[in-house]
Amino acid sequence: MSRQIHAFPGGVHPPENKDQSSHNPIALPPLPAELTLPLNQHSGAPAKPVVSVGDKVLKGQLLAKANGFVSAPVHAPTSGTITAIEVCPVPHPSGLEEPCIILQSDGEDRWAELEPVTDYTAAAKDLLLQKIHDAGVVGLGGAGFPAAVKMASRTEDKIHTVVVNGAECEPYITADDRLMRERADKIVGGILILRHLLNPKEIIIGIEDNKPEAVDAMRAACKGKNIEVAVVPTRYPSGDAQRLIYLLTGKEVPNDARSVDIGILCYNVGTLAAVHDAIVEGKPLISRITTLTGEALKQPQNVEALIGTPADHLLEFSGLKKRKLHSLVLGGPMMGHTLERTDMPVLKTTNCLIAATWEEFPPAPTPQECIRCGLCSEACPVSLLPQQLYWHSKAENHDQLNHHNLFDCIECGACAYVCPSAIPLVQYYRASKGEIRQLQAKQQKAEYSKKRFEDRQARLEAEKAAREAKRKANAERAAQLKKEKAAAAANPAAAKPEDSAKADEVKAALARATARKATEGKAGRPQLSAKQKELKIQLSMVKAQLKKSERALADAKGSEETNAQLQTNIDKLKAQVATLEKEFEQAAQAPVAAAPEQPAKKAKPVLNEQQKKLKIESAMARAAVKKAQRALDEAGKSAANIDELKQTLQQAQTKADELEAAMKAAADAPAPEPAADKPVKKPKPALSDAQKKLKIEAAMARAAVKKAQRALDEAGDTPELKQALQQAQEKAAEVEAAMQAAAEAPEPAPAEEKPARKAKPVLSDAQKKLKIEAAMARAAVKKAQRALDEAGDDPELKQALQQAQAKAAELEAAMQAAAEAPAPEPEPTPAPAAEKPARKAKPVLSDEQKKLKIEAAMARAAVKKAQRALDDAGEDAANIDELKQTLQQAQAAADAAAEALDKASA
Amino acid sequence: MALIRQTSPHTRGAETTSRVMQLVMLAALPGLLVTTAMFGWGTFINLIWISLIAVGSEALVARLRKRPVAFYLRDYSALVTAVLLALALPPLAPWWLTLIGTAFAIIVAKHLYGGLGQNPFNPAMVGYVLLLISFPADMVNWLPAAGTPGYETLSFGQSLQAIFPFLGGNLDYDAITMATALDVVRENSSLTWSELQATNAALGGTFAGKGWEWVNIAYLAGGLFLLYRKVFTWHAPVGMLGALIVMSLVFKNGSGSDTHGTVLFHLLSGATMLGAFFIVTDPVSGATSNRGRLIFGAGVGILVYVIRAWGGYPDAVAFAVLLMNMAAPTIDYYTQPRTYGHKKPRKGLAKPEDR
Ligand code: SF4
Ligand code: SF4
Repeated sequence: MSRQIHAFPGGVHPPENKDQSSHNPIALPPLPAELTLPLNQHSGAPAKPVVSVGDKVLKGQLLAKANGFVSAPVHAPTSGTITAIEVCPVPHPSGLEEPCIILQSDGEDRWAELEPVTDYTAAAKDLLLQKIHDAGVVGLGGAGFPAAVKMASRTEDKIHTVVVNGAECEPYITADDRLMRERADKIVGGILILRHLLNPKEIIIGIEDNKPEAVDAMRAACKGKNIEVAVVPTRYPSGDAQRLIYLLTGKEVPNDARSVDIGILCYNVGTLAAVHDAIVEGKPLISRITTLTGEALKQPQNVEALIGTPADHLLEFSGLKKRKLHSLVLGGPMMGHTLERTDMPVLKTTNCLIAATWEEFPPAPTPQECIRCGLCSEACPVSLLPQQLYWHSKAENHDQLNHHNLFDCIECGACAYVCPSAIPLVQYYRASKGEIRQLQAKQQKAEYSKKRFEDRQARLEAEKAAREAKRKANAERAAQLKKEKAAAAANPAAAKPEDSAKADEVKAALARATARKATEGKAGRPQLSAKQKELKIQLSMVKAQLKKSERALADAKGSEETNAQLQTNIDKLKAQVATLEKEFEQAAQAPVAAAPEQPAKKAKPVLNEQQKKLKIESAMARAAVKKAQRALDEAGKSAANIDELKQTLQQAQTKADELEAAMKAAADAPAPEPAADKPVKKPKPALSDAQKKLKIEAAMARAAVKKAQRALDEAGDTPELKQALQQAQEKAAEVEAAMQAAAEAPEPAPAEEKPARKAKPVLSDAQKKLKIEAAMARAAVKKAQRALDEAGDDPELKQALQQAQAKAAELEAAMQAAAEAPAPEPEPTPAPAAEKPARKAKPVLSDEQKKLKIEAAMARAAVKKAQRALDDAGEDAANIDELKQTLQQAQAAADAAAEALDKASA
Repeated sequence: MALIRQTSPHTRGAETTSRVMQLVMLAALPGLLVTTAMFGWGTFINLIWISLIAVGSEALVARLRKRPVAFYLRDYSALVTAVLLALALPPLAPWWLTLIGTAFAIIVAKHLYGGLGQNPFNPAMVGYVLLLISFPADMVNWLPAAGTPGYETLSFGQSLQAIFPFLGGNLDYDAITMATALDVVRENSSLTWSELQATNAALGGTFAGKGWEWVNIAYLAGGLFLLYRKVFTWHAPVGMLGALIVMSLVFKNGSGSDTHGTVLFHLLSGATMLGAFFIVTDPVSGATSNRGRLIFGAGVGILVYVIRAWGGYPDAVAFAVLLMNMAAPTIDYYTQPRTYGHKKPRKGLAKPEDR
């Protein structure tokens, strides 16, 4: 019987170019020295490493376990030593870097002990599914969706048809072709396991008619097993799962559903062979068939490559003609993406590497105007109107794009392939999709925060109402008490109840106080966590930098080299913005770790955050190293710069090392506050805040250093600039030292049981203020310095600078003093002991005091400022009077504040 | 070794916009040859002249818009406009007439609307209609076809002199021009169809007018070639011809003196085939989906017949096309194809529930 083939609309027939590689048997390349195993080779959450650096592992051993439901583990493709777990470039269209496990091969290729299932028909289905999942089997044809998850997504009788995808419609790729020819029995073995698990009515293997040998091999292997091998006409993109399902069954997957929803599952032949290996041989997925082809290879062929093998190792094996290599495409020519470097690892989803020459994949010609010829809509396999999508994409008309079903576009590239005007249509669609997704996410977030705000408002309201009710109740009770008292007076025998009533009242007061504290804590929290703030600051800094660089680029009429450099800077910064934004979003989504009842939890996250910060910083430092290195490379023979650059590089490197060491230390060090069950949480955040602040400053200082350096590089040798640089460097060092000191300093208030800690926040407030002022002063210094640099030698400016510097020093000294000084409120501490209701007045008073103090400080600051301004103004008599007035006013304000303070504390 | 970065797809089909345009011009060749054979060298000379103007105008605009001139000329779209205009205009249209029409077509109808791909109206038809409205007398100067008794086909020199009068010569237009068969039928109010065919010089002994039927058949052949080469789909031409057939069947009005002519007469006279395969298939100003093109073509067919039968102009392809050009965006809104996985096609303007 021959199956009716349902042709899908559109499709194209690009030159196949399969002959080059399809005639050679699958080869086994030599063991690479080092393997890079990204933790995220599948769709879903990245795997979590379960090994650490230095571990010796055996082939097939688990390296990282699945992290959640939709995720997949990673195994060691050979035996060896884990040398690093770090972010490395991975083959991703965006040129992303992702965490990877680096495995140094020991050359022995020694297997771990495997646990095959001898008779899967006797095994429990759950166990089989688990086994497939644990073997890290993911869809080898495309997105790498975890295979077992797909199987388990519907109960067995819900799946009536299994479509096995052997179409392999992309030109050049012959991996599945070779697999079907050489290992048909494995594929069929996998199919049988699948049949055992899902019990479908029908199993159809779809193969394009340009692979007759594969069809024959599969037919032979399927004989008598009630598996149908259907031949479909060669037309791109018949290998797309939904296209193949339609070809073989005539059924469409609704746009808001997946194929399992209509009872059909589709698996790539490679995936099924891996399923077979996982069950029958107990082998996890550690290798795959990859096509190596392209005109820059002497011997195009298919290889069984270990996951993680660097591409250049394989290309070398196939005789790469380095000089002819023009572009390296991962995947097929229609949907694959280019790699910018050859040392990227093979992933579980890497089905093809094309080492193309210039003639093979020439650069795209300049696009002409769209003539609306409609060839694209003729070619579109999902019946879109690509020309309209293009039109609306250019106009960024998102409503129209949605109306024209942009999100049904499978990015197959058929439209761009046929477009006579050579318009990169797919690129437009990708960009628009990204834009729309981003907007939607933003909208969602806005809605979420709106809801949160409203919830909070409601909560506050409710609390207020509750308080009110309580107050009323108390008043009533008091009235009653009075009555009782009167009664007791009348009847002295009943003296006892009064005592207990008093105790009740005290308790109620206490409860109210804690309630208030709780609400205060909560109310303060939801806005922005410290980390979020941090990230926000960083984000805005990077953004500012980005803008500046962009502006510089726009302004620069300079050499192309500078432009290029600026461009790279901008790209880098953009990437940074993106990561920061992401992090910020993540932080925003993370549950706020502020459960007030469980102070024990508090200590932990803080530590973690610190580690994270360090990590980020070290990443930044590493980026700096890289950048410097690149700059160095680019500078090439331009000897003048080299020394300088080298120095920068060295500095950056030491910096990176330092940070890494710090990170390690932080990670290794025991939690600075191991006494987790004691209610010490209060002083801690303050301290870490300070540290954070210092860190930010350090980062800023470093940025300044870098900037100065860059400026230096651009400007050639100016003694002035050099000086500025030195100063900035010194500054950075200083701040860093401060940071170190802060980190190492023992808890300033370690006596945690004593109520003295109440005084602490006040102190730290003052410190904070001082710090902020110091920072401002320093900023002023910097600004002045910059102005100075720009203006040449202006004596006036120099003076201003000196003043600012003095100020900064002053403030810093003050800060130090404040930090070292004992608590500024030596008055009897407001112990929270609850026996005497008379104390109740105290905390309120101290709040007020705080406020007053701050005001006083501000006033004083104003005075100082005014004074300074006055000093600055010098002979400029016009201003003097005005300034004097200001000064007087400020002084008056300060006096008033001081007076109020005295009164209040009296 | 710097590896380049490029987005997919990495291979491209062989078709280019310039090649598409070249094919269109190639396909117009038989029509040009037959026209020259039937009506003398006028159209041929005009074609050269108009091409020069078109290319010049295109280059001028590119210069003014500070775009690369060569890049603009390389898409051949200006030449295609020139060819269509030359084929549509009467063979002896004087040089200044074609100059005005062509320059207007390229500069105003095409580039003032944003250039290739942005123009809502077919530039050649805009130029044609401008001339038809402004200089109606010069636009009906059609020659009798070769073999018409009492007339001689003009020589190359005569044609040249007719188009560029300053080169000398003194042609008596009235003596050499003649109403076309379409005109004859429209003006006729006394003779029956068979009488017309028997006696009229333009229509005598033919079913669609002397010479014209062969010209139309030549265009048909060119159009079939383009269809075969997949330069366009069948939808627009079939829509137009189908609608014309239906209209001329329904409204034929017998074969007496009020007749509007037979089906074959409408199919093979005037600019029917030129319109069906070279003008309604213009992708830029037409509808964009297949269904839309069918409707677009049918609209043109209906309008052509309506104007021919009851309107004030002898031929109607240009007006019909321009009118339908105006309707094209609306047609596009209502003829989106059903996308895979969707129950029904999207219609009309974007709606909020689309996402
Ligand atoms: S194929 Fe290219 S030129 Fe033709 S309509 Fe589509 S986008 Fe426009
Ligand atoms: S890339 Fe999108 S629009 Fe283009 S043909 Fe493929 S599915 Fe259609």
